[in-house]
Amino acid sequence: MSTRVQSSGAGAVRTLLMFIVVAGLIIGTGFVQSWNTALVILGLGLISSIMALGLNLQWGFAGLFNVGVMGFAALGGLAAVLVAMPPTPGAFAAGGPRVALALLLGAATVGAGLFVWRKLPSGALRALLVFVVVLVGLVLFRRVLDPGVAAIEAVNPASTGYLGGFGLPVLIAWPVGGLLAAGAAWLIGKTALGLRSDYLAIATLGIAEIIIAVLKNEDWLTRGVKNVVGIPRPVPYEIELQRDPAFVERAASYGLDPVMASTLSVKLLYAGLFAVVLLVLLVLSQRALNSPWGRMMRAIRDNETAAAAMGKDVTARHLQVFVLGSAIIGVAGAMLTTLDGQLTPGSYQPLRFTFLIWIMVIVGGSGNNFGSVLGGLLVWWLWVQVEPMGLWLMQVVTSGMADGSALKAHLLASAAYMRLMTMGVMLLIVLRFSPRGLLPER
Amino acid sequence: MGDAASDIQLLNAFIVFMNFVGIPAITYGSQLALGALGLTLVYGILRFSNFAHGDTMAFGTMITILITWGFQSMGLSLGPLPTALLALPFGIAATAIWLLLTDRVVYRFYRRQRAVPVIYLIASAGVMFVTNGVVRFIIGPADQRFTDGERFVVSVREFKAMTGLPEGLAIKTTQALTVVTAVVVVALLFWFLNRTRTGKSMRAFSDNEDLALLSGIDPERVVMVTWLIVAALATIAGTLYGLDKTFKPFVYFQLLLPMFAAAVIGGLGSPLGAIAGGYIIAFAEVIITYAWKKVLTYALPESWEPSGLVQLLSTDYKLAVSFALLVVVLLIKPTGLFKGQSL
Repeated sequence: MSTRVQSSGAGAVRTLLMFIVVAGLIIGTGFVQSWNTALVILGLGLISSIMALGLNLQWGFAGLFNVGVMGFAALGGLAAVLVAMPPTPGAFAAGGPRVALALLLGAATVGAGLFVWRKLPSGALRALLVFVVVLVGLVLFRRVLDPGVAAIEAVNPASTGYLGGFGLPVLIAWPVGGLLAAGAAWLIGKTALGLRSDYLAIATLGIAEIIIAVLKNEDWLTRGVKNVVGIPRPVPYEIELQRDPAFVERAASYGLDPVMASTLSVKLLYAGLFAVVLLVLLVLSQRALNSPWGRMMRAIRDNETAAAAMGKDVTARHLQVFVLGSAIIGVAGAMLTTLDGQLTPGSYQPLRFTFLIWIMVIVGGSGNNFGSVLGGLLVWWLWVQVEPMGLWLMQVVTSGMADGSALKAHLLASAAYMRLMTMGVMLLIVLRFSPRGLLPER
Repeated sequence: MGDAASDIQLLNAFIVFMNFVGIPAITYGSQLALGALGLTLVYGILRFSNFAHGDTMAFGTMITILITWGFQSMGLSLGPLPTALLALPFGIAATAIWLLLTDRVVYRFYRRQRAVPVIYLIASAGVMFVTNGVVRFIIGPADQRFTDGERFVVSVREFKAMTGLPEGLAIKTTQALTVVTAVVVVALLFWFLNRTRTGKSMRAFSDNEDLALLSGIDPERVVMVTWLIVAALATIAGTLYGLDKTFKPFVYFQLLLPMFAAAVIGGLGSPLGAIAGGYIIAFAEVIITYAWKKVLTYALPESWEPSGLVQLLSTDYKLAVSFALLVVVLLIKPTGLFKGQSL
């Protein structure tokens, strides 16, 4: 079995070379720009790699088109808040039970609607009854919910005004984020899998937008666009390190001043944590890929009809892999919010959180786990570096123009959008000329 | 005596309803229907869900806005109508060129390869990225207003003076324009699809590609005509939406969801379905996010007067409405109301 982990000698060499190139890019950034920048890129690159790994499970293994990466990542971010933030004193007492009751009522409404739908014969009467049940349920839900929400949001609104979390170590949020994302994925998968492939794409596009809308507007849960800041860290704060004499001494022995040494150490610690998670998930994915289960998934992907004829339950397997992949994305989302130390619902943009991850998977090589990791690191590096490159390019292009000309100012101001174009062009070029990506599946 | 009073109250309820629900929903529905028509045509002929459609609309609207500004600075205008109408043909032409270019550079290759639909989907995401970048590069991500001309066909004050009723009804020029344009465009489209030779060959191609090829229909020509029509529909839909509300590139991306929902509800690939779906989505969205207090206060006896706003969902969740409808249709009738191309 172990010989199958790396498909062939040539493939292994190629993989190794590619990773050396990416390592060179990041280390080169350290020398040319700054080590701080290099470590920032590395941290976010590792998280991106994990998201790409999750998406690869869905797309590379099973051929499922998930356009909701942003939503699952945001659910992970929500988990970080719910797990790690301290509970807001008095907030639960103020409105917690009401909100809980309202959520139960909401669930009961959906249940009652489904019950009526299943029990009655189809016809106008059934449609009408379901409509009435849902309408009454929705009105009741709002009647119970709204005063509770108002009470919670009135608790010291300038700094809290939300329920807060459980005050647990933030590392627990990572698996919890995975669970939240898995739950959402199960609901979506149940609805849209087993239909035409486009429907999953459209449904995931929708759920992602709605998850973001909930995070932005349910202030009692996430403070909405007021953001939750100061999420506790899994690593020490820079200022603590700078006050630690032993640390300062060690930094001095490397010839670093304490401030620089502390920022680098914190980023290295984060990168180490992320790398551990990435390695664990990579090993698991690799084992899954080469297991009978992995072969079955690829058989289904390559020919659903044949696999179904062999007695495989295609829709159930799709649901399974869709939930697993989304869970990994949720874990990565929780890690991202942990790294940022804050949940900013306004910052979730589909281009950055969904389509960029797609580019990573496709550029890296669909179906190849190492490819996804490589794509994650490489595309993230590019995403960060294209902006200064674009600005530089624009400066060269506009250098002949008169200072103060409107066109010059416009071109310089718009340079930031070069990166969207670059990413799109890169996706199109890889998809057309090298559809198997940098590290082909086999 | 009591009857007359309650009739007046009902009339007031109706006017408030029309002012805040009926007219806005018809307008928004027309815009969605035009957008969904473009999606459904691409689906019917090229057989993929075009994720770049929202950004295509943004592109067409951007060109229209730029030309409109040019005309405005030259002093050209249409009097009471927005100048953007004059600029529209230029926007359509530029969008057509852009779409044919993307087809030539991107999609045609996969057509020759007979790639599976999901590859087109990814390619369309790439096109979306590029279009998005181009639009932001040229006009930026911010709001742009380009509406001019007369603001109202009927303003609240005129309506009150005309009828003597306490409640007023306003019809904005852009609303009237949207509905009129949509009717004209849809009529033209159906005439084209049902009466002309090219239109018939498009429908044949959509129904059964192999049979259409056998009977000598040139697929490249069908695809080209489709893109031309899609360019017109997308630019008109985008410009009407921008005139009526505001132009902001990201909002156009977000329109993808309601437009997809409209197309799926009607049945992907069915033009009639796309129109019906557009209005269904628009009415559902407005009805569920509108605060009904005022209407109910007029319509119900005094003792029943509602205490709250009677708003089922806050307007922040209007996307959730199209999503919920989409899910219901997927669960119950995945082929849509008008039997689009089935699984």
